[in-house]
Amino acid sequence: MSSVAQQETKKQVADIGEKYKYGFVTDIEMDMAPRGLSEDTVRFISAKKGEPEWMLEWRLGAFRRWLTMKEPKWARVHYPDIDYQNAYYYAAPKNTPLKQSLDEVDPKLLETYKKLGIPLHEQMALAGVAVDAVFDSVSVATTFKGKLNEAGVIFCPISEAIRDYPELVQKYLGSVVPVTDNFFATLNAAVFSDGTFVYVPKGVRCPMELSTYFRINASETGQFERTIIIADEGSYVSYLEGCTAPKRDENQLHAAVVELVALDNAEIKYSTVQNWYPGDENGLGGIFNFVTKRGDCRGVKSKISWTQVETGAALTWKYPSCILRGEGSVGEFYSIAIANNYQQADTGTKMIHLGANTKSRIISKGISAGKAQNTYRGLVSVYGKAKNARNYTQCDSLLIGGECGAHTVPYIESRNPTARIEHEATTSKIAEDQLFYCLARGIPQDEAVSLIVNGFCREVLQQLPMEFAVEAQKLVGISLEGSVG
Amino acid sequence: MLEIKNLHVSVGDKPILKGLTLSIQPGQVHAIMGPNGSGKSTLSYVLAGRAGYDITEGSITYNGEDLTALPPEERAAKGVFLAMQYPVEIPGVTTMTFLKTALNSQRRTRGESDLDAIGVLKLVRAKAKTLNVSEEMLKRALNVGFSGGEKKRLEILQMALFEPRLAILDETDSGLDIDALKLVAEGVNLLRSPERAMLVITHYQRLLDYIVPDRIHVLAKGRIVAEGGKELALELEAKGYEHILKDVA
Repeated sequence: MSSVAQQETKKQVADIGEKYKYGFVTDIEMDMAPRGLSEDTVRFISAKKGEPEWMLEWRLGAFRRWLTMKEPKWARVHYPDIDYQNAYYYAAPKNTPLKQSLDEVDPKLLETYKKLGIPLHEQMALAGVAVDAVFDSVSVATTFKGKLNEAGVIFCPISEAIRDYPELVQKYLGSVVPVTDNFFATLNAAVFSDGTFVYVPKGVRCPMELSTYFRINASETGQFERTIIIADEGSYVSYLEGCTAPKRDENQLHAAVVELVALDNAEIKYSTVQNWYPGDENGLGGIFNFVTKRGDCRGVKSKISWTQVETGAALTWKYPSCILRGEGSVGEFYSIAIANNYQQADTGTKMIHLGANTKSRIISKGISAGKAQNTYRGLVSVYGKAKNARNYTQCDSLLIGGECGAHTVPYIESRNPTARIEHEATTSKIAEDQLFYCLARGIPQDEAVSLIVNGFCREVLQQLPMEFAVEAQKLVGISLEGSVG
Repeated sequence: MLEIKNLHVSVGDKPILKGLTLSIQPGQVHAIMGPNGSGKSTLSYVLAGRAGYDITEGSITYNGEDLTALPPEERAAKGVFLAMQYPVEIPGVTTMTFLKTALNSQRRTRGESDLDAIGVLKLVRAKAKTLNVSEEMLKRALNVGFSGGEKKRLEILQMALFEPRLAILDETDSGLDIDALKLVAEGVNLLRSPERAMLVITHYQRLLDYIVPDRIHVLAKGRIVAEGGKELALELEAKGYEHILKDVA
């Protein structure tokens, strides 16, 4: 780039930054819904988003339904009652006061970013520091958008999709996770403020991994995200969610909904690395993460594969599932759940075999350390018409120290005698002799724990796209630092 | 290089080593022989720094430094290597990854820069050849499903790779047939050098046919009860430990 062009770009970007700052200042008051949850709150959010009438009606229906529902209490997690009337449901990201410099950010958080090797300007964005210009992201996003347009792939914030592709949204919204599905999903339906919409047309292999990271407002997803991904016949898409760096967010409740639809011969690969603020060493603070994720293998020979690395959040309640409706469809769930200090994780999957010759595979790796409790909860259900359905489940738990817990709760139902369901489970500890072996070869303790745990998780880490896998590996180590006394 | 003086070690409340004294110079190979339960493995673990072995009396000096003050990973970085009797399995961690992590950890502790993946690979390959360690073995998870011979060869490969100044071989012969034993011994002999000291711990004389020591110490009930040249091993083999112990008593 010539220096003239460079100057020009710098000026343009600086201008954008300036506008953004102004916009943010004037928007502050207006972008906050009043405290509490009522029909007015729902109307406020819908109006803020400039939504059409049908969308508002859908939200209101959800809200009325939600009023009649009770919070589920069956999971192995304990937390104080959530006062739903004492929260803000629409606090646009812009309301978070931007910090003026990195000096105002918790040094512990910065230390973690450094270990993950995250570039400084991204660190600033993640930590909520005012950034004038993020040169790389801007240019990346532009080339990125161009390539996707060429392929006909729609990839945009869901609020944009509601405006620009109403017929697609109406067709698929709530078609996998119905409005009435569960307490948290219904709450999400009433008040969701952002999320991602992806549509991959027939026969298109999405030319790149899609990631919220590349969307300019990536770091600003709200408390209630709603994501829809549709893979039309014969298409393929790989979607990465989350960021490997923790977002310091003191908000207590996160309730997201993700709906995936795979039509005939289509494949969706959905990877998550979740590293929300887990609370401190004494169990204070941290995110309560109540997430409903479900994929519908609607077409024949379609495939949906979930991979998750859950290292953050004080409390995780999450069961990414597959409805195997299409004949010969395949569902996969690969999971690593790490709980340290006072974290609680109750996570697993549901594989619902409806169609003939459907196959599912579940590989779950749970790691508990400190005083944490980690539960795998999974359902494999084979319906009457699901001739020759196959499932393989493997649940491995690793314990570090003597004060944590690991629990495996598999539910298996079969209404077809031709089904074949296999379940294997193991529980192990990091053995003292394994640690000593590493130490004696010069590997310091924290690194030894990281190495052993990464080995334990290998089958799942291999499922992640490579760039992501490297960061996830580091994250596994960081999450468990100091867990062996 | 290594000076052990009047070493007393307990595990829990139980005294295992009761006044062991031993000195090894660079370039020397010493053997420690002794019956089961004499404290051989305890000695090797104490030298490597394993937790749970309490030194109640005495001292260990390594190159003029108090070895007991160093955590195990620093001892490794400073050139102390223990080839273990029972190498542990670490599922999911390939042997190559383990070697690279260990090598670079040691380098970092010494203030040296990391070797990149290709650098490590070249180094490992060169050493692996002489020990008949295959590429395929390096790709498998560390020690998982390895035969006894493979495990011991891998221990010696690590010794070759880390180039320690003090190598302790704890019952490296256990569980090996004669061919495997020869191969391992050959690997060890290749590493004999004027700068390196070795302490070979064994129950049987057999290994010492192939790794010929400069000096032999007989350990019994936590103390050195007899010392001599390589011919002492033959005497032990012929007459048994009982005989020597009786002489001592």
